[in-house]
This record gives sequence, C-alpha cells and structure tokens, in this order.
Amino acid sequence: MMDALGAPQSFAVLGGTSEIGLAVAGLLVRGRCERVSLAGRDAAELEIAADRLVKAGAYDVRTHAFEATDAADHDRLVHDLFADGDVDVVLVAFGVLGDQAAMSADPDQAVVLAQVNYTATVSLGLRVATALRRQGHGSLVFLSSVAAERGRAANFVYGSSKAGVDTFAQGLGDSLQGTGVHVLVVRPGFVRTRMTAGLAEAPFATTADAVAEAVVDALARRREVVWVPGVLRAVMSGVRHLPRPLFRRLPT
Amino acid sequence: MPSGEPGRPALLTGWGAATATHARLLPVRTEGDVLRVLTAAPGRGAIPRGLGRSYGDPALNAGGTVLDMTLMDRVLDLDQARGLLTVQAGASIDALARALLPLGWFVPVTPGTRQVTVGGAIATDVHGKNHHRAGSFGAHLTGMRVALPDGTVHAVSPELDRDLHWATIGGMGLTGVVLDATVQLLPVPSAWMSVSTERADDLDALLAALRRADRQTYSVAWVDLMAGGAASGRGVVTSAEHAQAEALPSAAAGRRWALPERARIGVPRWTPAGLLNRASGRAFNEAWFRRAPVRRDGEVVPLGAFFHPLDGVRDWNRLYGARGFVQHQCVVPDEATLREVLRRVRDSRVPSFLAVLKRLGPADPGPLSFPRPGWTLAFDVAASAASLGGLLDDLDEIVAAAGGSVYLAKDSRLRPQLLPALYPRLDRWRAVRERVDPHRVLTSDLARRLSL
Repeated sequence: MMDALGAPQSFAVLGGTSEIGLAVAGLLVRGRCERVSLAGRDAAELEIAADRLVKAGAYDVRTHAFEATDAADHDRLVHDLFADGDVDVVLVAFGVLGDQAAMSADPDQAVVLAQVNYTATVSLGLRVATALRRQGHGSLVFLSSVAAERGRAANFVYGSSKAGVDTFAQGLGDSLQGTGVHVLVVRPGFVRTRMTAGLAEAPFATTADAVAEAVVDALARRREVVWVPGVLRAVMSGVRHLPRPLFRRLPT
Repeated sequence: MPSGEPGRPALLTGWGAATATHARLLPVRTEGDVLRVLTAAPGRGAIPRGLGRSYGDPALNAGGTVLDMTLMDRVLDLDQARGLLTVQAGASIDALARALLPLGWFVPVTPGTRQVTVGGAIATDVHGKNHHRAGSFGAHLTGMRVALPDGTVHAVSPELDRDLHWATIGGMGLTGVVLDATVQLLPVPSAWMSVSTERADDLDALLAALRRADRQTYSVAWVDLMAGGAASGRGVVTSAEHAQAEALPSAAAGRRWALPERARIGVPRWTPAGLLNRASGRAFNEAWFRRAPVRRDGEVVPLGAFFHPLDGVRDWNRLYGARGFVQHQCVVPDEATLREVLRRVRDSRVPSFLAVLKRLGPADPGPLSFPRPGWTLAFDVAASAASLGGLLDDLDEIVAAAGGSVYLAKDSRLRPQLLPALYPRLDRWRAVRERVDPHRVLTSDLARRLSL
C-alpha cells in the first residue's frame, strides 16, 4: 500500500532495464519499497539490474520477460506482475528513440518505433489500469517527452509517438477519476542516457536520476503532470505558441 | 439485487485524508447481513467501518468490501440498576451520551471525539483522559458478540473465549465483526465537569503538573511543540471531575443534564492547503498558551467542552487542505525518552498544532491494545510538511528502543518491520486471527500495509 506520505511498498517497471526506471526503483527501495518487478526483453540485463536493487535494499526483486510488440502476451505479463500481491506503482518506461533519417528512408523502422512507443503503451496501459482498478488503488506512470509538444523535422516519428502516449495517459487518468487509481505523465527534456548517447544535447538537458527524483516527488504529491526539469513547463508553454517559421529555426 | 458484488462503489479515506482507496461500501442492518458478507468471502475481503475517525487506513479496504456499520445502532438492553448497557456496534458515543446522560449514566471511557462508534472504540481500544485511573474502553466490556468468517456468532468475554475477547479489543476489526457489546457504564452526578487549569512555563513545570494531576479522575495537557529556548515544552494542564449537582453555578441552573452541543461551525471542502504552516502554528500556540489562566480551579463547564472541544468544529480535518495530514501518537515508558521525542519534534521545525500529552496507566491484556504505562504524545502534521517521513521514522525507532508503542488507530506510515517491537505480543494476536480467519476474509489497507 502507498502510505500517507506517498511512499509505495511495491513497484513494477515495464522496460526493466531503462535507466530512468531503475533510477526510480533505486530511490523507492531506499524508502518503504520492498518488492520490485522488472519486466523487460533482455533477461541477462534484467538479472544484473535485479542484483543491484537487492544490494540497494529491496527484499524481493522479480524479473519478467516480455516483448513490447507482442500484444498477445500482454495479458500474461500483467497477470504475472499482480500475482504476488498488490502493485502500488507501475512505471511504463520502455521506448526507443530511433534515427529519424534512417526511418525516413525505411518506413518499416518507423512502424516498429510507433508500435513499441505507442501501440504497446496503449496495450499495456489499459491492461495495467484494469488490474489497478481491481485492487482499488495504485499509480500508473507514463514517460512522455518534451518532443511530444510539437513535431520537429529532427525527431517527428519519436515525437508523435510520445504525443500519442501523452494524450492517451491524460485521458486514461481522467477516466480513472474516483477509482483510487492515479495516472502521472512525466515530460522530461533531453535525458543523458544510453538512448541519447552520442546525440547533441538539447538545452535544459537532465539526468535519469533527476527524472527519478521528480517522479518520486510527484507520486508523493499525487500530481498528474511533471516536467523535468521543472522550468521546461514555462519554456514549452512559450515554444507551443511560437509561429512555425520561427519554430523551424530553433536549434535542434 | 443485480449481479456482481453488493454495495456501492466509494472512494474512502481515513480522517487524515492523506490516502484514498476504492471499495464497495455496503450498509449492513442485521446480523444476517454481516454473516452473508463474511461467508461469501468477497475477493479482496471485508472490513467493518464506523464513523471513519481513524486517521489512517484501518477502515479502508482497497478493491474489497467495507461494511458500513452505522445502521446497526440500537440499544438492546439497559440495566439501570447495575449500569449495564448492551448496544449494537454501530451506535456512536455521541448518541449514547445523549441517551444516557439524562438517566445519570455516561460512557466509562471517551476518546477526544464523540463521533466514534462502539465497534470502532473496541477495535482500536480507545482511551480517554481518565486512562491513568480507569484504563481503556476494553477494560469496561463485560462481553460482546462477534461474527466470524466461518458464519458463526461467538459470545466472548474475559471468561468466555478470553483469547478472542482480548484479540478483538484493539484488534483493528480483523478478528471478527463486533455485532454488539455490553458496557459497564459510569454513574455521573451531572452533565458538567469541574475543571482545574494550570499553565506551565516550561517542560519541567508541565511534567510536574501532569504528575500532580494523576490524583484527578481526568487529566490531560496541551504542549507547545514549536516554542524554543526557555519556553520549550511549555503547556497547559487541565484536569477534571464530574461536577456535583449542588456545585453547579447559577448559569447551569435547571440544566443539570444539558446535552452536548452540536457543532456550530464547519470547515468548507475548498479550504486551501498551507493554511496551517509554521507561522500560523506559532501564532496559534502563543495565543492558546496566553489564553489559559496561570491557575484556576473549579471552573464548571459542559461535559462536551472538556472532553470533545474539537467536536465543536465540523470537518476540522479539512483545515489541512487536499493533501491531508498525519497524526503521530506514541507512548513511552519513561520521562527521558519523552524528552528526547519532544526535542526531536521541536528541532525538526515541523509545524504542529494542539499537541496532546497525557499519562497512561496500566495496560489491558489486549495484545494489539495501544495504551501502556507511561507518557503518550499525539500531534498532527500536514502530510506535505518537509522531511516529515524521516522525523516520524526516527521517532518510531526511539519509541521502539525504549519499549514504547505507536497507536495503530492514528498510524498511516509506520515501517512494518517495527511492529513486533512496538507490539511484543503480536504473535499471540496472530495466532487468534489464524484460528478465526485462516483465509483472511477480514482485511484492510492497514493490514496489507503493515503485513499484520
């Protein structure tokens, strides 16, 4: 159960090797969290992450194999996640960035990105929401992005997939009002991780640890949207209204 | 009735309103209603709920069923010669006070609010300002009838299934649903209290005054947790006796059995958060301290004004805003530990209003009953207060190390691993629960959170 100060006792990450997901898990196990489930594709990497969490103080870390694009297997995954007791917080952290130029040349790659980032999030988001409704409490966290705000030439396939996730998560959150289930949308800027390694940093770049801290704080406050860093909320509200000719000229 | 689980969907909170979970709230009117739910063993279990005055999550059951007991509120028998009352579990202490005072009787123990049910008072084994002399609510029960998940109803008492009797007293509703109970009432000479007030300028004076007040039937102190320096630990001790009819002042003439007044002011739902902060806390505490006379004896006040001052403000919990608040109540056996706890709270600089300090007397045999000899401190803090979690965790460790305890009726954030240290007879309680409810039909958010 989530306690009165917003500290969960159990946590599941879909995309269990995601740096943001593991940073959140690391913070939570320093608090009241004892049970962590890591669901991901790479079994060996999941085991390494699980060992690290046990060393950090988690009592019980389980790993679950799943493929984001295999929707037929998602019922099984969600059933397994909830089989050992309540899950107080579920973080949907899987996602790919893709190479815009490569995707423009090979649309099949863009389709895979859309399926992983958006379709799989919808498939799992709805299933997890049903499980949380059944237990009568819990938080469901989605990773959106500043890239979801406006389409840009440099990353519009990724950006549009996150725009889908963002809109989906907002509506899901509202549909769950009064059910005891809470949805949090996280909108980070450029996060320095493996996924962005080698890319030129955008302004207001942040780290997985900073995102994790913002997520844990927003969970405790039961906030519905959090920008990381917080200043992006103001920045993006400006960017949103820039005329397109100006917007196009912004540095990438 | 349509298919699916009975009851209406409801988002429930405790009095602190810091967490909310969803359950099916099912009003029960008869013993049969209760047994039907228990034997149907709904998927995520069931828990009885009274008037929702527990601060945290003992009367919440996320995804499961919550039995609204408040319709089972009838007086079944009143033996006026002996003062023995048999009453259904959903009756409130407020209703009982109104019915009993004109007959010259009062409940033997009342917590700080009349808005609790008899069942809730049993499940949390409430104590009052007379604990040092009279013990807790459970000590005044001569017996009760408890509905068990196997569909049977058991009559229990200190003589009859003693283990289940005492496991149910303080058992947080998890060892059976109390249907009705027989309470030994207290004869009182009037509905008025004769109150002594003593203002203490520092902690030494306050503790000495509280010790002296042990001679009185009722005693309690307010302590200023925010004042520093020489004023650190200052407070006001009030003690009281039931006022004799001949001692009533002319203002009370003809109103010997005046019933407690109903709340005249309320707090609206839209109250903003942050109203109760460090600045308003200091100002409030200063005013509260200055308001009290240095010393006054024999002031006659209505019973409600002494026992239940907060009942005068409806929904006062909303003062803490949408994020709610937590109350921490601990008991420690010795003065040195109490001083350490008070120092930690003051140094943490959390804003705290109306902290209450009281001396407790001997414990009753309930393995999950909270009161035990020593000093008990209770204070409220907004759930949003900075570094509150760390402070309360530290306090719990100090309390556990000293052999004290933390009150589950107030708790909403305890570290589960500390429970066996705070409740050394936890295993005995668990054994009774295992016997009467092996499939855990009775469960609550509190039970899940603390792995009770």
